[in-house]
Amino acid sequence: MELIGMTAAELSAALRRREFSALELAGACLEQARVWEGTIHAFLHLDPGDVLGRARRADELLAAGEGGPLCGIPVAIKDNICVPGMPATCGSRILENFVPPYAADVVERLEAAGAVIFGKTNLDEFAMGSSTENSAFGPTRNPWNPERVPGGSSGGSAAAVAAGVVPLALGSDTGGSIRQPAALCGVCGLKPTYGRVSRYGLIAFASSLDQVGPLGRDARDLAMVMDVLAGHDPRDSTSVESEPCGHLRELEREEKGTIGLPRECFTEGLQGVVHDAVMEAARHFERLGYRLREVSLPHIGYALPAYYLIAPAEASSNLARYDGARYGRRSPVDSDVMEMFAHTRREGFGPEVRRRIMIGTYALSAGYYDAYYLKAQKARTLIKGDFDQAFRDCDLILMPATPGSAFKIGEKSEDPLEMYLSDVYTVAVNLAGLAGLALPCGLAEGLPLGMQLIGRPFDEATILRAAHHYQKDSDHHHRLASPAGTVEDQP
Amino acid sequence: MNRNSPGRSGRITIEEVRHVAFLARLSLAPGEEEKMAGEMGRILEYVDSLQALDTDRIEASFQVLPRKNVMRPDLVTPSLSPEQVLANAPERRDDHFLMPRIITS
Repeated sequence: MELIGMTAAELSAALRRREFSALELAGACLEQARVWEGTIHAFLHLDPGDVLGRARRADELLAAGEGGPLCGIPVAIKDNICVPGMPATCGSRILENFVPPYAADVVERLEAAGAVIFGKTNLDEFAMGSSTENSAFGPTRNPWNPERVPGGSSGGSAAAVAAGVVPLALGSDTGGSIRQPAALCGVCGLKPTYGRVSRYGLIAFASSLDQVGPLGRDARDLAMVMDVLAGHDPRDSTSVESEPCGHLRELEREEKGTIGLPRECFTEGLQGVVHDAVMEAARHFERLGYRLREVSLPHIGYALPAYYLIAPAEASSNLARYDGARYGRRSPVDSDVMEMFAHTRREGFGPEVRRRIMIGTYALSAGYYDAYYLKAQKARTLIKGDFDQAFRDCDLILMPATPGSAFKIGEKSEDPLEMYLSDVYTVAVNLAGLAGLALPCGLAEGLPLGMQLIGRPFDEATILRAAHHYQKDSDHHHRLASPAGTVEDQP
Repeated sequence: MNRNSPGRSGRITIEEVRHVAFLARLSLAPGEEEKMAGEMGRILEYVDSLQALDTDRIEASFQVLPRKNVMRPDLVTPSLSPEQVLANAPERRDDHFLMPRIITS
């Protein structure tokens, strides 16, 4: 039986029917990793012994009739999320030897559900980037075309799912870092509403924007994972108490609401094939029974500038702790403590991280705070207000996830500003704290094209349901990248 | 140097770069300061587009959730052991992190 390419839901049902064991499934995934890793470099840490041990424990749970729907399912974890005993490098030299002594809340939840934690995936350093080229340990390559980026910063997680190495992965999203790589790799990726999933154990980049979220093959799989991840955690004071949602249960409801298309998001700067694929998807939703209407997000043009002040500012504060004192790398230049701090950080942080810390520090410094940081946080109020207004006229917003398909490795890495523009359709969602889902809607020149659905706060269920309706009637999400570089359709 | 006119952000001086680097505890080599000034200048020029927004009567959204002052009871609960805390220490002595001299005068 070909296990590679099956969704987590299909694998879960087959495991329960004893068609194969969690151990066999883990073995198949490890073999798939062996086939792909030389090409894509999705993983920073993958210990087959550890994976097989976890799979054996999952088989015990399954035999005892215990463990949830994720029992026995391999899940790769982005390397800025803490799994005790495994390194958490954040793609940075400054943490290259750091092993967390505690588990992230999301990891505890996955383990309690019997999921098989499957290694740590590559990322842009400290989640700062849109291509995974900023990793201190080498880039990840897009499985659809290894000359191209997988997107970032959760590029390793997206590539691992796209190559069929794992059916599920966790990523993090601060300005688009789950959705953009999902779109460029032809998989689904969800950034939950801010506060929906605990950030405890996610190594912080920008605390008012960060969220952990799932990547997988389809909306049903993401719903399964959300049922495990979502919920209040007293260790994260920004996590919200909410009724257990039953995202999976909500998927099968038939109601179809109104989808808003923001007029500002379909203008120039958007690659023609992406525009056409998203409009085609809109018409598809209409055929399925959704109503379409035009909406407006008049301040969305200010989202990127606001983000590139707020995120670096918050990062400059969060990354102050990396000083060589208590963990991570310490510079041998230690004549005095200030020299040690400065050299540790200079040696340990890559250029993009240093750039953002500098911008962020500047924006918060005396004399500039009002004009920059405060101004950006006021722009944020206006941007959030636009979404609140739009959601009076629609239940979901549909727009592109990225301005184009996967770009070439090295193409945008010379100019930071050009790289930042890759986030044009994603950052506003983080600023407003909303949930956003990227899912595949086409293919052009062998590269996936994605669209993005955004919902009201805490209404992941409506987003996932719409995606599920679309996916029941289309097959973009069935495509799996193949090592030969050709496109294969899975049944 | 007028620190209150953001419109001039396209020109970050080397002094400002050094000051910010000091605040951020980052060391920059002499050649790097120029490059950083240029890169910061370009980014700040881009984000200057925010100045076009009229935000006089707008409140800042430091976060988007209506949550305030989330507290827990002031009770000691299980935490990490000293061994766990020190496991990643670059340099340690017994139950202490060993540091370069802090007070030098």
